[in-house]
Amino acid sequence: MSEQRIVVDPITRIEGHLRVEVIVDENNVVKEAYSGSTLWRGIEVIVKGRDPRDAGFMTQRICGVCTFSHYRAGIEAVENALGIVPPLNAKLTRTLMNAALFLHDHPVHFYQLHALDFVDVVSALSADPKKASEEAFKYCDTPYACGADQLKLVQDKVKKFVEKGNLGPFANAYWGHSTYKFTPEQNLIALSHYLECLRLQRTIAQAMAVFGAKQPHPQSLTVGGVTCVMDLQSPARLGEYMVKFQEMADFINRAYWPDLVMAAKAYANEPSVVNDVGTPNLLTYQDFQIGANEYLFDGGYILNGDISKVFEVDESKITEEATRSWYKNDAPLHPYDGDTTPNYTGFKDAKTLNAKGEMEDSKVFDLDGKYSWIKAPRYDSLPMQVGPLANIVINYAKGNKNVVPVVDKFLAETGLPVSAVLSTLGRTACRMIEAKIIADNALKALNNLIENLKVDDSTCAKYQIDSKKEYKGRFIGNVPRGMLSHWCRIKNGVIENWQAVVPSTWNASPKDAKGQMGSYEACLIGLKIADLKQPLEIIRKIHSYDPCIACAVHVMDTKGNELSSYKVNPNLI
Amino acid sequence: MVDNHNITTIQNRLSELAKLPKMKANSSIMDVLNEHGFTRRDFMKWAGAMTALMALPASFAPMVAQAAELSDRLPVIWLHMAECTGCSESLLRSDAPTIDSLIFDYISLEYHETVMAASGWQAEENLEQAIQKYKGKYVLMVEGGIPDGDSAFYLTVGSKGTTGREHAIHASDNALAIFAIGTCSSFGGIQAAAPNPTNAKPLHKITNKPVINVPGCPPSEKNIVGNVLNFLLFGTLPALDVYNRPKWAYGLRIHDLCERRGRFDAGEFVQEFGDQGAKDGYCLYKVGCKGPYTFNNCSRERFNQHTSWPIQAGHGCIGCSEPDFWDQMGPFEVPLGDRLYHTVFDGLGADAISDKIGIGVLAITGVAVAAHALIATATKEKE
Repeated sequence: MSEQRIVVDPITRIEGHLRVEVIVDENNVVKEAYSGSTLWRGIEVIVKGRDPRDAGFMTQRICGVCTFSHYRAGIEAVENALGIVPPLNAKLTRTLMNAALFLHDHPVHFYQLHALDFVDVVSALSADPKKASEEAFKYCDTPYACGADQLKLVQDKVKKFVEKGNLGPFANAYWGHSTYKFTPEQNLIALSHYLECLRLQRTIAQAMAVFGAKQPHPQSLTVGGVTCVMDLQSPARLGEYMVKFQEMADFINRAYWPDLVMAAKAYANEPSVVNDVGTPNLLTYQDFQIGANEYLFDGGYILNGDISKVFEVDESKITEEATRSWYKNDAPLHPYDGDTTPNYTGFKDAKTLNAKGEMEDSKVFDLDGKYSWIKAPRYDSLPMQVGPLANIVINYAKGNKNVVPVVDKFLAETGLPVSAVLSTLGRTACRMIEAKIIADNALKALNNLIENLKVDDSTCAKYQIDSKKEYKGRFIGNVPRGMLSHWCRIKNGVIENWQAVVPSTWNASPKDAKGQMGSYEACLIGLKIADLKQPLEIIRKIHSYDPCIACAVHVMDTKGNELSSYKVNPNLI
Repeated sequence: MVDNHNITTIQNRLSELAKLPKMKANSSIMDVLNEHGFTRRDFMKWAGAMTALMALPASFAPMVAQAAELSDRLPVIWLHMAECTGCSESLLRSDAPTIDSLIFDYISLEYHETVMAASGWQAEENLEQAIQKYKGKYVLMVEGGIPDGDSAFYLTVGSKGTTGREHAIHASDNALAIFAIGTCSSFGGIQAAAPNPTNAKPLHKITNKPVINVPGCPPSEKNIVGNVLNFLLFGTLPALDVYNRPKWAYGLRIHDLCERRGRFDAGEFVQEFGDQGAKDGYCLYKVGCKGPYTFNNCSRERFNQHTSWPIQAGHGCIGCSEPDFWDQMGPFEVPLGDRLYHTVFDGLGADAISDKIGIGVLAITGVAVAAHALIATATKEKE
């Protein structure tokens, strides 16, 4: 056999629409990889010409998973442009909402979206609940929902479900795949936590809604501050937040952490989760304000995985290009000056390997041309990897006091060297470590808020938008999926342009003019796939980034092109 | 008032459903609940709550309960079009009480990209098998707007590069009932806002079959689950308003049951965010609340298990369950009748209509303010 081409579309258990294609050699080793989004929505075009105060509400609809990130970014980019400094109460309230987002996103990603890549549900059915309970104590002194009786209930429930023969959302997965490494008992522990997380994600969503009105799509931020002043003045509401926060924090310490230690040990020698750094250049940004001048995480970047040297971020070096993306202007441009007009060139016809192992007519990426709605952001013309892995590694390298002891503890418990962090397993573990650091520290923001409320009850800064003046500003921060930035220009009192450079764009970037790959693609190269009909290893790696694709497909048009020019000629397809 | 004829119709419908073969043996919702330690009493309490939620008389509660017990026979296919996954996330928050999530487990969710274990070819196979196996028997729920026409290819799903539009039509053609979940699939949503660069359409403009719209950005978890039960109970489409929204959820304006309505009537308004009025819970109309123009049950049901809703959190309603609200209701922090500027779209469409409504409301507001002032003065004079 010579080379074969495999298409994985849709990549499920993510936000949005993503396709991955790989070409494997005769030994099933990936030689080439392509990741591309198959949806374009155009929100930045839609924001143009509108009241800057509306931008946050519209950019928020970029994503219902990162449901607070783009709202905050949309509001704070305008604040930055107008030179507004919100009151400390507002900043800390935003932090508390952000904390609820992280504590929602990270566990849900691991259990609901990623865990099935590690956990074989079918195998859990043959576990001995008593042994499983004993196993749980190896990773935690007080394991969560892991008593033998509890585990028996979980097992019985799932058994009945499976026996009915209709697996619903669990149908047709890669159960029994040779690269699953957990014992039946370990699978049962994780399965119990899968169900617990389903319950707790509602609780932590409520915590955000205490200040945010609702989740998804909270609605209490305004340019200049926050509007939930009555909630802030109510000790009952502050307490409600605290209790719901603590419930999830407890789960993180007693389930999420031990499960990752368990996974790190079980999968330490599995090639599809170790030894792949993806893009070795890591980038993050200061964020998570917990006091007047105190941040939980610092910013910076490192090159080639060298943690001995951390550089400061220079925002003028950020560009995006579209050589391999379905847009017209290929050249790398700074987000303030970006130009994007759709240029959809479609798929090509080819035969690819289907789930039965037969060659089937398919539509495939044009490997020599454009193949994604995602553009290619670069820092100083280099691809970067963003996300919890970048954030934790850079902060560890900088000696951040909130980060170093937690990472050291994890390495000690798993027996892994620091270098092992640069991997699929590391991405998944760093997400948990980031969640734990927030779980352990974010209530400092609540304490500081309460202290501040005693002397200052302001929640909004006053400002005016002068329609004769031109403004430009940006938000840069670090959200659950990594470094996020929004860039805006305001003219005549309305938005002249808007650009979002989002975490998934960095990681899911297609190739650039120099052929440099984004991190999704890079981490797949050299991967050996056990069974070409069931490419579990591919989705395992891709899921480790927590892909969130709706945000990554965007567009900006600063040149005032006619809107009719967005039409695509179907003959090209 | 509900006459006996209606009750008979519903009971007939339920007994017809009861005759259908079960998809899963010995697994009614009641069985599942028992396994989880829920008593019959818990279940009936929940059914009572859902009955009230659907604005049905209390005597309907036993039938709601029966409908819920029968819902295991409903395979559900959920499609993602041009969307942000917010509606799926809202569905996942369902917990009123905890058993809503069991319904989520319990209806047979055949295809849902955010939740399902399978990927790629296997995922596509699940979809096609479900459509064939349950032809004419499954409920289709669609999230997201649908790129159409020359730009239909701006959304493709699967190894064959099938457009979202084709997927939506294929799944609609074979569905028993179709729910457009969220404002995007009901009315086009954010991507269809001017200038609609992807030519995104609502589902009802893509399929010829009747579509029940469940708008909101996102709709509350209750409105999603309540609609499934409403369908089961009546065995037909629920009573709909002019925008095909179920009247039980979208029959009243936000304003009608708003907790700050008394402030509006008294002429007490937040003048700007963060002022004393905001601290005292005054009406948000003058900082742009669109509650008077928006039909939804947020003021009754709130979000995240009654935790809060925008007006409680001090921000006005942005009108997210109304058609074209992105174009018609903005700027969101300015009253409709008090616009300071015109959009780049030259004030087309929305402005002309909403200005009239807005000015009307402002006029009433003016009267209310004057009345309040008079009363206040009178009271002072008495003192």
